[in-house]
Amino acid sequence: MNVLVCVKRVPQTGGRIVLTPDGQSIDTRFLGFTISPHEECGVEEAVRIVESQGGSSTVLTLGPAEAEDQLRDAMALGIDRAVLLETSGPEWDPVSTAAAIADAIRAQEAANGPFDLILFGNEAADTGDYQVGIRVAVALGRPVINGIKGLAFADRADAAAGAGTRRIALARREAPTGGWETYELPLPAVLGVKEGLNLPRYPSVPGRLRARKKEVERVQLGASPAGATGMGAGEDAASAGEASNAVPGPTKLGLRLPAEERSAAEVIGRGPDAAAAVVDLLERIGVAGR
Amino acid sequence: MSGPVLVFLEHVGPDLDRLSLEAVTFAASLAQSLGSNLEAVAIGGEGSAGLRLPRGVATLHLASDARLEPYAPATWAGVVGAAADAADPAAIVAPGSDRGDEVLAHLAARRGLPFAANVLSVTPGPSWRVVRQRWGGSLLEDAALDAPVRLLSVAPHGVSAAEPTVDAHPEVVAVTPDLDPSELVVRVVGHEPRESAGVSLTEARVVVGGGRGVGSAAGFAQLEELADLLHGAVGGSRVATSLGWRPHTDQIGQTGLRIAPDLYIACGISGAIQHIVGCKAAKRILAINTDPESPIMSVADYAVIGDLSTIVPAISAELRRRRDTAA
Ligand SMILES: Cc1cc2nc3c(=O)[nH]c(=O)nc-3n(C[C@H](O)[C@H](O)[C@H](O)COP(=O)(O)OP(=O)(O)OC[C@H]3O[C@@H](n4cnc5c(N)ncnc54)[C@H](O)[C@@H]3O)c2cc1C
Ligand SMILES: Nc1ncnc2c1ncn2[C@@H]1O[C@H](COP(=O)(O)O)[C@@H](O)[C@H]1O
Repeated sequence: MNVLVCVKRVPQTGGRIVLTPDGQSIDTRFLGFTISPHEECGVEEAVRIVESQGGSSTVLTLGPAEAEDQLRDAMALGIDRAVLLETSGPEWDPVSTAAAIADAIRAQEAANGPFDLILFGNEAADTGDYQVGIRVAVALGRPVINGIKGLAFADRADAAAGAGTRRIALARREAPTGGWETYELPLPAVLGVKEGLNLPRYPSVPGRLRARKKEVERVQLGASPAGATGMGAGEDAASAGEASNAVPGPTKLGLRLPAEERSAAEVIGRGPDAAAAVVDLLERIGVAGR
Repeated sequence: MSGPVLVFLEHVGPDLDRLSLEAVTFAASLAQSLGSNLEAVAIGGEGSAGLRLPRGVATLHLASDARLEPYAPATWAGVVGAAADAADPAAIVAPGSDRGDEVLAHLAARRGLPFAANVLSVTPGPSWRVVRQRWGGSLLEDAALDAPVRLLSVAPHGVSAAEPTVDAHPEVVAVTPDLDPSELVVRVVGHEPRESAGVSLTEARVVVGGGRGVGSAAGFAQLEELADLLHGAVGGSRVATSLGWRPHTDQIGQTGLRIAPDLYIACGISGAIQHIVGCKAAKRILAINTDPESPIMSVADYAVIGDLSTIVPAISAELRRRRDTAA
């Protein structure tokens, strides 16, 4: 099975986020970079599928030259190939991102054969747009489901394939009212993965060394076709690339930190002796359980 | 006058779920600022004509084709699209739920429109402005959303929710979308009930959360005991779930659950922003931590400083003692 996983380089924020003076981005001078936990599970799943069923795994990202680090991290975990869609300038909106990724997938498939499965994170860690994977699937005309936390495969008799069978992905996600719901997607398919699908492995030293020697295929994309300031509804949108005469957006104007709602905690005690004060508090706010 | 605001609603029987109530409240105030009507679109059987809606919904577009149940994202997007063709809305609003975001993403992709997820506020004008959440809510983005129809989902628990009333009687219009069999391929084909019997994390009035400070899977027994006494539920930080101490379904935070209990008791959790965005909708937070300088201290309302493995059982014991004396 040939599997593609798409990841996005994001700063590794821990405590408070600090913005650049122009309010356009996170100040990353003292930060490392990573990918979303959802995408880490996507990478792990791609490696596991190829380990158990054969085939080849590919990781792809759209981002600055430095995003090569995240591709190498994925290769250190066992991904076979990497593709970097190298961009410059301000961040890309999700419409333009999805169009460029769909174009790149078409080119990859024309050169190396089709992907049976394309994995995305449910949402990117930074922008949280909840849409790039679905847009890519719609552009490619493939079935897609988001939010999956369980995945298995089966072969089903398929009328369309005559007497033959077709591979089906059995995807599981949490139901809105609790419990789990299952979906069946005929391959090739697109899946949006949520953290919890698996427990990702840690990279091994030999894995890291191998990853350093592997090649990263680079495609130069330059600046976002949507332009730094965005474009008006529709008019210029057609120039955003043939995959989309879609209107790009939303267009980021600036970032800010939410107002702090809480101040320092009131210390109501130390050690087990605080139990009485805690139960007083529970009774006062009416949650003592009776 | 501008076109109406169309809101996509999810419901169980006649009742809207919490995020849909938030979405309809948000959509109502947007309609008011546009001076236009509020219309709703829902999917469900015959009974859904009796949906309990808040006042102010002028028209309910209802799709009750049996093939639309259970959930099928692309088809549901087709229903919202068909309702939009009838209503010609200025904006389409959805709850910021798995399904709400997914349905709007499908619709946006098919119609070549932008979609802003997790919006906190919107200001119409020559260019529409939205404030939306990034990083699960630890950062805000001001953005322009310009398109013939503006698609947006409402950040969960970011806005308040109106109460539904029984005397809201919108005009009900049937939606009959063209159902493309290929779009029905991806749909719910099975449902397994929840494994655990107790109250769920998203509904519990008290949640006891455990992090690295709990030390082991076995250490969570003390948290379970306290949660049981409070009729609450137990959750965990990402450290607790990725070490396998708790199932992943119990993770609270940016890539886990958003909870909104009356009280959140954070035990051995440092308070990383990715965790906090999942619990900051709690009315009150009590932190139990050995480190008085831990970042959780600036988020919590109350704190007990010390080792949770002695404090948590002491609280349980005190609760039991008071119950026994009361009985
Ligand atoms: C994109 C992204 C998404 C993420 N999503 C999530 C998410 O959804 N949920 C989440 O939780 N995290 C998430 N994280 C991880 C997050 O950044 C933190 O790493 C994590 O929340 C830390 O967990 P913790 O507080 O349990 O552990 P630590 O940060 O190690 O804190 C342990 C705390 O326990 C205290 N302690 C130790 N021993 C005791 C004791 N005996 N008694 C009392 N206190 C004690 C310590 O003082 C410390 O404060 C995400 C990270 C990224 C990059
Ligand atoms: N710049 C990017 N490069 C590669 N994949 C991306 C990029 N942006 C988003 N994705 C993928 O799409 C998923 C959903 O992103 P989003 O719609 O932005 O929340 C992410 O988890 C990634 O898998």
